[in-house]
Amino acid sequence: MKLFKIRGGVHPHDNKHLAAGQAIEDLPMPALLHIPLQQHIGAPAKPAVRRGQQVAKGELLALSQGAISAPVHAPTSGRVMGVGSYPAHHASGLSVRTVTLKPDGEDRWSDEIQGVPDPFALAPEEIAARVAAAGIVGMGGATFPSAVKLNLRTRYRLHTLVINGAECEPYLTCDDRLMREHAEQVVDGVRIMAHALGVDRIIVAIENNKPEAQAAMALAASMDARIRIARLPTRYPMGSEKHLVQALTGRETPARGLTADIGVVVHNGATAFAVHEALRSGRPLVSRVVTVSGGAVSRPRNLRVPLGARVQDLLEHCGGFAEQPARLISGGPMMGQPLPSTRVPMVKGSNGVLALTTAEVARHEPMPCIRCATCVQACPCGLVPLDMAAHTRAGDLEGAVSLGLMDCIGCGSCAYVCPAHIPLVQYFNYAKGEMAARGRAKQKMTETKRLAEQRSARMEAIKQAKREAMAKRKREAAAKKAAETAAAETAAMTSGAAAEPPATTAEA
Amino acid sequence: MQIEIPASSAGPFAHARTSIQRTMALVMLALLPATLFGFWQFGWPAIFLFFATVGTALLAESACLKLAGKPQRLYLLDGSALLAGWLLAVSLPPWAPWWIGAIGAVIAVVVAKHVFGGLGQNLFNPAMVARVALLISFPLEMTSYVQPMPLFSADAPGFLQSVGISLGQPGFDAVSGATLLSHVRTELSQGMSLSEIIPGIAHLVSGAVGTIAGSMGETSALLILLGGLFLLAKRVITWHTPVAMIGSLAILATLMNLYDPEHYAGALYHIVSGATLLVAFFIATDPVTSPVSKMGQIIFGASCGILVYVIRTWAGYPEGVAFAILLMNACTPMIDHYIRPRVYGRDRRGTPIEYADNAEMRK
Ligand code: SF4
Ligand code: SF4
Repeated sequence: MKLFKIRGGVHPHDNKHLAAGQAIEDLPMPALLHIPLQQHIGAPAKPAVRRGQQVAKGELLALSQGAISAPVHAPTSGRVMGVGSYPAHHASGLSVRTVTLKPDGEDRWSDEIQGVPDPFALAPEEIAARVAAAGIVGMGGATFPSAVKLNLRTRYRLHTLVINGAECEPYLTCDDRLMREHAEQVVDGVRIMAHALGVDRIIVAIENNKPEAQAAMALAASMDARIRIARLPTRYPMGSEKHLVQALTGRETPARGLTADIGVVVHNGATAFAVHEALRSGRPLVSRVVTVSGGAVSRPRNLRVPLGARVQDLLEHCGGFAEQPARLISGGPMMGQPLPSTRVPMVKGSNGVLALTTAEVARHEPMPCIRCATCVQACPCGLVPLDMAAHTRAGDLEGAVSLGLMDCIGCGSCAYVCPAHIPLVQYFNYAKGEMAARGRAKQKMTETKRLAEQRSARMEAIKQAKREAMAKRKREAAAKKAAETAAAETAAMTSGAAAEPPATTAEA
Repeated sequence: MQIEIPASSAGPFAHARTSIQRTMALVMLALLPATLFGFWQFGWPAIFLFFATVGTALLAESACLKLAGKPQRLYLLDGSALLAGWLLAVSLPPWAPWWIGAIGAVIAVVVAKHVFGGLGQNLFNPAMVARVALLISFPLEMTSYVQPMPLFSADAPGFLQSVGISLGQPGFDAVSGATLLSHVRTELSQGMSLSEIIPGIAHLVSGAVGTIAGSMGETSALLILLGGLFLLAKRVITWHTPVAMIGSLAILATLMNLYDPEHYAGALYHIVSGATLLVAFFIATDPVTSPVSKMGQIIFGASCGILVYVIRTWAGYPEGVAFAILLMNACTPMIDHYIRPRVYGRDRRGTPIEYADNAEMRK
């Protein structure tokens, strides 16, 4: 198919050879699982189990809360040790609410787990509902609840489903292996999603450094004429949703918009696999494939891991460290985040655990910017990173925003190529975080102001009511007095002529 | 307010194996053939001048770093001072006394670079600032060119004689020569026509190969071009600036030449003579002082080409290149302000692009 050119981007060494040859292996069940209640973007799930409770594999551990949220299920059968706090799978190392589960070793699925014989007979809403109930989130790392995206049909006119199999981050091979080894299941999931979205154009996009995955997927998709396999040039960040869609359709997603604005929905290949599992066998998302790689890992591998297994469990299974790693990273080296310790648990969105050596990380002392513009050429978003960084450095965040800070996707291409080794992405993350904090503060201020205004309005209303009541009482008193006077007059007059009713005065 | 951000808190955790040192080293490598050829052509005095210039540049850099309290090793090794000195040296008359180079280097490093705030902060190209300052202050020394006398050839000065030349002592009978540009200029002003001055293409060929009088490293257009192509291949520079500069100069020269061939030389003459190619590939592409967007670089380069032609043809200086560059350096901030790449998902004015697809659905 015809591909369109995208701007910028870089060609990092993909280092996929380390793990690409390793077939997916099951991680032996660890002694304990730590399952965080928030493994998705949106509201955290609400615990539905108590300490000491016995659960079966796939049983609900926590309920979805609100429109953008996802439930959490038991990755294996066992006993709930407690619902407490445990370090999150996050650079901050902060703790989050976590269910600790002691596996009983039986790995027994719940009896209630049941698939649908023919998902294509279901109504689109029904598919989305099942995907929501299975706790499926975007598995490329974004962790946006997938069902919300499957329901976009109600608000957008959609025509194309794109399956993102680019896997453009160096080192990562989990999607590659999944597509190679489970192409049929992935394609089945893709078709179910297309049915839910009501689209009849399906593009599976895979980078050219994965010829086996391309071949396997092409074979599996050959029975469905709607599916096309797009062979993408190997370039980072080809997997960025908006850039992927541009490469495939030639159209840019409007700034601040979604790809749905141009009729396209993008899902990850691993998500399609999870959808297949959820619909065909009724199994919720309780495990995922993760690449464990990097120069400091003894035996890089692709592992199917139960959610809640610790990074340490994965590393041990891969033979531990061959040498002391300089960095431990969750995700790819370009956009991944550093992990504070090996204790943190695996979550739905973690596609890689990398232990990189000092040589691989290759950070130098930052030097001043020499305005070489390589960052400008590398930016896929048409930004001028050096200027945004200069404004951020000077504390002029509004200036950085006016230069397009909010259009930056944080892909790191600029920092990757910068010969001065300036940590550009850190500047932008800092500025974005700071702007968000300011936004929140401002919102809080307007909210406080609104409340204060409401309060004073209320007070004013009460005062007004009091004044009115007072006036009323006065009027009534006056009327009463008048009535009394009138009555006295009438009484005086009754001695003579017929009584005139005092109605006129009483009305006053 | 200055903001300090820890350097290791986030990605990317991979890096292209580039550094400022590497970039500078590649540029110097590209300059090497033309420089060595210059050494050979003009002998020991040229070599002395080169080392005087480069050495002074490094000393001046070190002194400035000390004053500014910046780490010596890191910054001295970044190669920027070395390169500035080098670029200045190759654009000087090869037999100029050593102090010309030394003064120029001090001007380049102290005045043109550190006064502006050091690496990356200067508005003007240091080598060009120094060249122009020297040209104005020492017009005699800066326009005394000699005919090439290849090293070890019979009439070339010996080592000791060369020391004398470098110290500014007269005593060696050099055959002074005019550069192609000044030769043509003088003859034209005497009422000669171009066809008499440049009888054949022989002049142009010697200009291209570099066997005529000229600056130390500029004479061989071919070797400079080779270095430029090397930089392009290594992606140290992009084609936008040099192609725009050479292109606009060539187009203008061709048009004027068609209009009056007896008074206006053709494109090839302008390209091979003087510092045109050196400037197009090594100076106009100086990242610090040229625009960052590709469109900006095209505008910058094209304007340089036009200015070079205008200054050479109608203004007093046959060597218009340095002035052209400085003038355009001054325009760089403005070009960068107005010419920006288009942001993804937005039109040129920055408004989000609109498609009909879902506009009404979203309402
Ligand atoms: S790549 Fe680095 S040194 Fe070059 S312009 Fe960008 S920020 Fe400056
Ligand atoms: S991180 Fe932002 S500024 Fe840097 S290349 Fe990516 S989108 Fe451009």
